[in-house]
Amino acid sequence: MRSKRPGEGLTIESTDDPHPLARNRVRATSPFQGEVTSPIGKTRMFEIFGIPSQALFGQLLIGLINGSFYALLSLGLAVIFGMLNIINFTHGAQYMMGAFVAYFLLQWAGINYWAALVIAPILVGFTGIIVERLFLQWLYKLDHLYGLLLTFGLALVIEGVFRNYFGSSGLPYRIPDALQGGQNLGFMFLPNYRAWVVVFSLAVCLATWFVIERTRLGAYLRAATENPTLVRAFGINVPRMITLTYGFGVALAALAGVMAAPIYNVSPQMGSHLIIVVFAVVVIGGMGSIMGAIVTGFGLGLIEGLTKVFFPEASNTVIFIIMAIVLIIRPAGLFGRRV
Amino acid sequence: MKHLFTLALAMVAAVACGTAQAQISDGVVKIGVMNDMSGTYADLSGQGSVVAAQMAVEDFGAAAKGLKVEIVGADHQNKPDIGSNVVRQWIDRDQVDMIVDVPTSSVALAVNQIVKEKNKVFLVSGAAASDLTGKACSPNTIHWTYDTWALANGTGNAIVKTGGKTWFFLTADYAFGHALERDTAAVVEKNGGKVLGKVRHPFPATDFSSFLLQAQASKAQIIGLANAGADTTNAIKQAAEFGIVRGGQSLAALLIFLTDIKALGLPTAQGLVFTEAWYWDQNDANRAFAKKFAERNRGVYPSMIHAGVYSAVTHYLKAVSELKTDSDGKAVVEKMKSMPTDDSLFGKGTIRVDGRKIHPMYLFEVKKPAESKGPWDLYKLRATIPAEEAFRPIKEGGCPLVKS
Repeated sequence: MRSKRPGEGLTIESTDDPHPLARNRVRATSPFQGEVTSPIGKTRMFEIFGIPSQALFGQLLIGLINGSFYALLSLGLAVIFGMLNIINFTHGAQYMMGAFVAYFLLQWAGINYWAALVIAPILVGFTGIIVERLFLQWLYKLDHLYGLLLTFGLALVIEGVFRNYFGSSGLPYRIPDALQGGQNLGFMFLPNYRAWVVVFSLAVCLATWFVIERTRLGAYLRAATENPTLVRAFGINVPRMITLTYGFGVALAALAGVMAAPIYNVSPQMGSHLIIVVFAVVVIGGMGSIMGAIVTGFGLGLIEGLTKVFFPEASNTVIFIIMAIVLIIRPAGLFGRRV
Repeated sequence: MKHLFTLALAMVAAVACGTAQAQISDGVVKIGVMNDMSGTYADLSGQGSVVAAQMAVEDFGAAAKGLKVEIVGADHQNKPDIGSNVVRQWIDRDQVDMIVDVPTSSVALAVNQIVKEKNKVFLVSGAAASDLTGKACSPNTIHWTYDTWALANGTGNAIVKTGGKTWFFLTADYAFGHALERDTAAVVEKNGGKVLGKVRHPFPATDFSSFLLQAQASKAQIIGLANAGADTTNAIKQAAEFGIVRGGQSLAALLIFLTDIKALGLPTAQGLVFTEAWYWDQNDANRAFAKKFAERNRGVYPSMIHAGVYSAVTHYLKAVSELKTDSDGKAVVEKMKSMPTDDSLFGKGTIRVDGRKIHPMYLFEVKKPAESKGPWDLYKLRATIPAEEAFRPIKEGGCPLVKS
């Protein structure tokens, strides 16, 4: 794909290459003589703020894709904070574990992506349940700070252990066959896998919101946060419910990790890169607000995407600038209830 | 997020005659290996560089020659402020005499300044910015393994000469990325090519799709990746996903290491052309070193940075044992420059007055999966760039040490 051998013409290699990425490999070269044709083809171009429309639409869509990761991760955090009052700093590490478990399943057991999408969250969620039983359950009555410190420490330990065994440069994980390739949308080339990520995470987010805000189980949960003693008096096993909730929040992180595995490197530090941004998303949305986490997750993905076009150097900071502004105007976050 | 930790690695290489040590400051030659031990660059430098330094000390036979050598390691987390603090502490409190490795050019440039101020020795293996032997050159610093000029010269030339005339850069937004972009753009333009645009991404970044779309819209034939480590591998992975290669654009990974190729996997990386200073499978000496190294480094084979650390430490110990002192950094570096270099990994070479270590560079291509015979059998040689052409001509760097 990048090899340049003089004298060879421009040939597109046959598609029987088993590897997905090799499939559309252009071999090379004196290859550069032709005009570069974008896979997008020719479309009407008009400009918005000096940026060609197709670039802008593309960026918005990509923002939405990144936003879906933010939404999925901040949703887990919001669920855990809303129900347990624990600020779960281990979330990034648990997201990373999800990706690693998917890798192990494929590498050691030959279990494919689709199965991993179910199995990895369950396995990682189970480790979350162990963590909750061993450590977190003793902290509910204490200040938030204790939970924060404990989970932060755990994140460092988990990351360190993975780095020790697997190094930091990452492991390869390929996109499943069914989602290879992409669609030409006219204004951009949308890889099928990315489209899947948006649709699937949106579905998971809305389902979670529905369960917590609109069902009887969700009502129990919310009631248990408000007044656990009273809920217990009604014969509901509150501690078990809390444990399972933590396991569920962790499973959401792991699910995001499995979805991230084919597009980002599976590496021990993949979580710590993301977790700070995700916390900013939760703060902007309002701690503990389910809908807030979903909406701000997608929204901030869009804003970040636009920043990458207009002022790429600031794309890492823009979310924190927004966080600062939101905290000044609405200290409880955009969707948070005033306490 | 990560905590600073200092690894105290007791490398006591025996106590020989007490008199010979009298001139060595505090009786011990103390070597500080500083690099990224927990982040993006941890595999290509990291703990492996500490292992390489230890092997150099052992192979040199420091103990038999009456030198007591100790090695310490630290994590600079790719942050110049942390790196500066560690180095100040090392020199002021722990009596470290020489600092080696230091990837991440922004950190290396900061350390360069401090080491000069304190008159110690700084041997750069990990960092790339060619400014270290250009306008920031120092009488206390030697830039050992490679630099951005050499990479641009190797890879840039090879690509432009086969017809890749229009370029778009994806640049890591710090000293290294800027230097690599600048040096490559110069090569491209010198050969009649054109730079159509660039986008600077934060370091480190995980999602490159946005930047790749901009590169795609530029219609440049070549997308030059002026970044390193996980940034490069992620960009390559995502470029394939977004059909950039299918559209007829090619990627040029301007700096990529053995561990990165391993992380990408051969099916994705095959055909990639890039420049490096050293590869483990080039000759018997390299292979023997790699085997021993891998045993001590979780089975991971050495990158050119690790080999550079080995070579640099070896030459440093030679100079110190001849001078019989390590206290005056400038004098040690002077001695190192005056002696020709010769070690089992880089062979014979020289060090220029501006601090540039001179040796051949190599243009490699990543093998096809079918060509690879082992888990680390990844490169094949495309061309050798002879030592006299591999690095920037001494007059062009603008180093004040060079008298015209």
